[in-house]
Amino acid sequence: MPDADRLSQSDLPKLEGVDFWSLRFVEEYCESYAVRKNVAMPFVASTDRGAMATVYVDGGYGYAATGDTSPAGLREALERAAHWARSTARLALMDSRELPRPAPRGEYASPSFHAPSPTRREWYELLGEESAQAGCDPRIIDWETSVDVITATHRLVTSTGGDVVQRYRFLMPGMGVTAHSDGVTQNRTLNGYRGICQQGGTEILGRFDFDGAGRRIAEEALELLTAPNCPSGDMDVLLTPDQMILQIHESIGHPLELDRILGDERNFAGTSFVTPDMFGTYQYGSPLLNITFDPTRAEELASYAFDDDGTRAERVHLIRAGILERPLGGAISQVRAGMEGVANSRADNWNRPPIDRMANLNLEPGDATMEEMIAGIERGVMMETNSSWSIDDSRNKFQFGCERGRLIENGKLGPVVKNPNYRGISANFWRSLKRVGNADTLKVLGTPHCGKGEPSQVIRVGHATPACVFGNVAVFGGES
Amino acid sequence: MKDIAREDAAMENYFLALSQVIDAALATGERYTASFDAEQTDFVRMNRGKVRQPGSVAQRYIAVRLIRGARHAKHVLSLTGDLKVDGDALRSAVTGLRAALPEFADDPHLMLPKDIRSSRSTRGGPLPPAERVIDEILEAARGTDLVGIYAAGPVWRGFANSEGQRNWHQSTTFNLQWSLYFRTDKAVKSGHAGFNWDGAALTHKMAEARERLSLISRPAKTLGPGTYRAYLAPSAMEEIASLLCWSGFSGRALATQQSALARMRSGETLDAQVSIAEDTANGVAPEFQSEGFARPASVNLVERGALVGSLVSPRTAQEFGLPENGANGDEFPESLVMAGGTLAEKDALEALGTGLAIGNLHYLNYSDRPACRMTGMTRFATFWVENGRIVAPIDVLRFDDTGYRLLGSQLEALTMETELLLDSGTYGARKLMSLNLPGALVSEMAFTL
Repeated sequence: MPDADRLSQSDLPKLEGVDFWSLRFVEEYCESYAVRKNVAMPFVASTDRGAMATVYVDGGYGYAATGDTSPAGLREALERAAHWARSTARLALMDSRELPRPAPRGEYASPSFHAPSPTRREWYELLGEESAQAGCDPRIIDWETSVDVITATHRLVTSTGGDVVQRYRFLMPGMGVTAHSDGVTQNRTLNGYRGICQQGGTEILGRFDFDGAGRRIAEEALELLTAPNCPSGDMDVLLTPDQMILQIHESIGHPLELDRILGDERNFAGTSFVTPDMFGTYQYGSPLLNITFDPTRAEELASYAFDDDGTRAERVHLIRAGILERPLGGAISQVRAGMEGVANSRADNWNRPPIDRMANLNLEPGDATMEEMIAGIERGVMMETNSSWSIDDSRNKFQFGCERGRLIENGKLGPVVKNPNYRGISANFWRSLKRVGNADTLKVLGTPHCGKGEPSQVIRVGHATPACVFGNVAVFGGES
Repeated sequence: MKDIAREDAAMENYFLALSQVIDAALATGERYTASFDAEQTDFVRMNRGKVRQPGSVAQRYIAVRLIRGARHAKHVLSLTGDLKVDGDALRSAVTGLRAALPEFADDPHLMLPKDIRSSRSTRGGPLPPAERVIDEILEAARGTDLVGIYAAGPVWRGFANSEGQRNWHQSTTFNLQWSLYFRTDKAVKSGHAGFNWDGAALTHKMAEARERLSLISRPAKTLGPGTYRAYLAPSAMEEIASLLCWSGFSGRALATQQSALARMRSGETLDAQVSIAEDTANGVAPEFQSEGFARPASVNLVERGALVGSLVSPRTAQEFGLPENGANGDEFPESLVMAGGTLAEKDALEALGTGLAIGNLHYLNYSDRPACRMTGMTRFATFWVENGRIVAPIDVLRFDDTGYRLLGSQLEALTMETELLLDSGTYGARKLMSLNLPGALVSEMAFTL
């Protein structure tokens, strides 16, 4: 079976008598390494290869996905997709004759795509070293270090002559420890569960001080065991990037997805408090808030040149100086809503259709140093690393928890506190943004596990953000 | 309608042929396990009472694990369905694993089945063409703002190993999940799932949904933070139970204090009305797990409020010296059952008196996992009830309370009737899991926002 990017145009079947068709190939190879409590976990490799056919005909739309990428298998998928389009055209929500028929041509490659990778033995040695350091105290009762190394080739071919090949290399290292003593349990991770996830090679490890992180997070977990609970009350919070990414993701990213605004997700992931009339005028946040959709930041997890519907990807502002400008909506949603959007029509694999997703959704840095942000807080808590997330189906009432907090009093960092939580309402919260950290406080993080859609999909999303200060936030601690 | 028996036999024969390929590819001293996952699914997504995205997905995966002594490694492969092509890919994968094994250390926690326990089960179908079902659904919902998904077709699971064990499980199901919207976030959620399409049942459920839609269209009541009496319908209990399933009953999570129920090992209890079991015999999950271990018909987890068991994978069994009981590696319940109580469902609102009738919850997570404290939102059909009568839908509320209170000190009653809820999850593949749950009446539930 030839690789997707080596199938020539003449190998591909053609479907006559339809308005438009496309074939989207996905091939991914993943190697997973992990060391748990100094024991190497079994090596797992994964090779996933398939294609999705999409057809517009008679005003209908249909898709069919298959693992059979032979010419016969692809033809069968195209015909099945055409059958769906024809048989549901009279019931269709949208008239596919009004949809764009893209003819994209181009290529994309991740940074370090061709750089050599460590051997399997070297990966296990690296992870084993950190594991040994993490298990430094009998009160550390569980710990694990791991990395997923992924290469992928995505190709989109269209009946209009489009042909795009995009090659990716992802690295996703992770580390977590559990400390327990006297009935108290605390967890600490390196920037959250798979919060470190970028495109590129082993240079990513250095950006996050992976070497030595095992001992560091273990010591922080031990410190949390004897720390007091986070206090309750309305106060300032300083959120570090590994919590900011969750705040951006849940209370800006999801509510701005145009398919949610159009109602597609109401049965599952939910709706949005954002309505179409808000764009252009709505004060989403304080004037310090600038949010961009940026697929051009090379190392960020969801950078690409074209989305899965073939729209060229460009950096645009979604929120500028606090004012809502543009939704996260791909080409189909843009037609449905009559609004400008972005190139964010994405599928998590060959077996799921593209829908509106976040890609790289970033909060642009401001001018405050970390020291200045701390110095400006009379009473508050610095919160690090997301551990809990919950938000209503309109993406408004949220409650988030973090692994570690530090009190801030009279402009100075104070003692560590455990179980820091806060709650708020998206529509008000971003207006309380008081300070935005400068580029020195910025981290490029993300998540490979953004869930959404019917049928459901888990997709890779990047978030680059500085640390930020919010005023008058409802803060509270744990049960015990 | 498709000939399900012929389709199933073809898929089983294909899997058996793949197993023979691996058998033949083994070198002296090598063993293997292979697990197989496949489905042929029609997915039809709907919005505004119309078809939004119709399509089909045909996918087959095999995970082959090569074992030599105490070293092992696994390769998961997508398959084409062409035996020649897939056989070549499998042989290549085995060769690759063989070359890699010397790079790995012995695994002290490797455990393989000692007994050969082959099995075969098939259930469900045939189903009518999805196009016809969609016509029925949209006709029944005519005039409403329906949004949802219909997913249907066969799902296959298989297992093979070098000792000759062969397991096969086929389940052909449909699962329709839909909401009828009044406006914004005011809606009624419904589900209709099973093994054989039942148009009359759909008509009945759609009529029920329309009736509740008339209730949801009343002016909404806004409640402030505080504590309220509450009746949690089985579909709301589904969210609480699903959160507890997230490491709650895991043997490894309990042993490492990472389970939300870890304190139950030190004497913390739920109310004596609460009994929970992993009931494979009455669920839809296969009777074997992915490494070939057979699952007991039932594993008791909570009896009369006390933790009495856990789900133990072979790896956890080796690591902590526990008896394995057919759990997969994630030790996640796949057929969880909570026993019913004494309250007739028809009397639930009267027993509630004044308080909240919660139809659904949304986006639960732990706000303090060791304390089993959880937070989440009300969603869909949730009503304010006075003197046993529904007064008004409510605007969404956030709760933040502990499982030990909701299923312990504050639990007044469980309904006699339990509801079998087939998992509608479709991340990566359709899930073969279920929950069977009663409704719960609680004297106090804490709401914070």
